[in-house]
Amino acid sequence: MKHLFEFLLRQGDNALVLGHRTSEWCGVAPALEEDIALANTALDLIGQTQLWLGYAAEVEGKGRSANDLAYLRDVYDFRNILMLEVPNEDFGRTLMRQFLFDAFQVPWLTALCGSSDKRVADFSGKSLKEANYHLDRSAETVIALGNGTEESNTRMQAALDYLWPYAGELFGEDDTDQAMQAAGIAVLPASIRNDWDTKVQGILSDASLRTPKSTFAHFGGRSGFRHTEHLGHMLATMQILQRSYPGAVW
Amino acid sequence: MTASANISEAQVWTWLDAVPDPEIPVISVVDLGVVRAVSVSGDYVKIIITPTYSGCPAMAVIAMDIETALAKQGVPSVHLKTQIAPAWTTDWLSEKGRARLESYGIAPPQASGGPDRCPQCKSQAVERVSQFGSTPCKAQWRCTDCLEPFDYFKCI
Ligand SMILES: [Zn+2]
Repeated sequence: MKHLFEFLLRQGDNALVLGHRTSEWCGVAPALEEDIALANTALDLIGQTQLWLGYAAEVEGKGRSANDLAYLRDVYDFRNILMLEVPNEDFGRTLMRQFLFDAFQVPWLTALCGSSDKRVADFSGKSLKEANYHLDRSAETVIALGNGTEESNTRMQAALDYLWPYAGELFGEDDTDQAMQAAGIAVLPASIRNDWDTKVQGILSDASLRTPKSTFAHFGGRSGFRHTEHLGHMLATMQILQRSYPGAVW
Repeated sequence: MTASANISEAQVWTWLDAVPDPEIPVISVVDLGVVRAVSVSGDYVKIIITPTYSGCPAMAVIAMDIETALAKQGVPSVHLKTQIAPAWTTDWLSEKGRARLESYGIAPPQASGGPDRCPQCKSQAVERVSQFGSTPCKAQWRCTDCLEPFDYFKCI
């Protein structure tokens, strides 16, 4: 049960942290259509969070709710990968990150549709539809910006170079991953690495961007061992209402 | 008034078909395909609903509107259950709902992934503005003949 709880936190926290980061664009995106697209993507991710964290809270069995897990945990209890918590920086980095993540989510959720745990399979089937839609848009935008102007190409390359060392954490493996695999609840993330590599390299090449050579990867987010300094700042904003007015509802 | 023990399932479906989608009020929650099953046992009514998009804020309103509508018909106890799988698909939109969407100015979903014609002038010369729109279920398109922008109901 401890491993299933950890696994569900990873699923939920990835969606929650990226959802919150994406929502930071609401009202300030470069064009109205992009503003709406980002807000809708964030909404999908927050909706997915409710499914995963709701189940996590139930599995934990301590009477906590999805909201308690989202708003009342501290940095070291979060299990999202580091790539999703680093600041948005600019529109280019935001979309590059979304693409690197979407390219993982599609094969990952596809594999999880075959989970031995019915709810994991159901949630994955639901989230997969949204992930496919997100991937269409993020891949298309990466290609458009990579082939846009010299400025947009330079920024997309900088975004890719910045994010690349964080992408490897998607394919981490530890006791929890092995326990999930043994129980037939999930596959090992490494098993979908080829799908991800193929998709990512194809799109980057269409976008006239160079795939970085380095295989170095930062770890620490999905195990909770070491988050970046950015997550605390993000949580300070995200959690302030529940921290200041515990139990507030609307 | 109390409907009591002789409510039929068909009657409940008719009542539900009069509950409008809160964001696109020309179609009902039944047209939208979110009502998956209705079962009646005595005066206990159980309704299974499937959410459209994971984070769609309209789902909470839909649940409330269903309860209110049935309470008005005198149904004493309604049990609403949310079912995630099979995941909602635009294939579940009713034919009536699709026709109403188009006459309201929203192009109904097509398997090809884009509208087949402008809901205003019916021209097939249409182009996409954005994959997303004013609600999670819509995208923005425009007609290059009559130049009107319009919503397209995303196909998922
Ligand atoms: Zn037209």
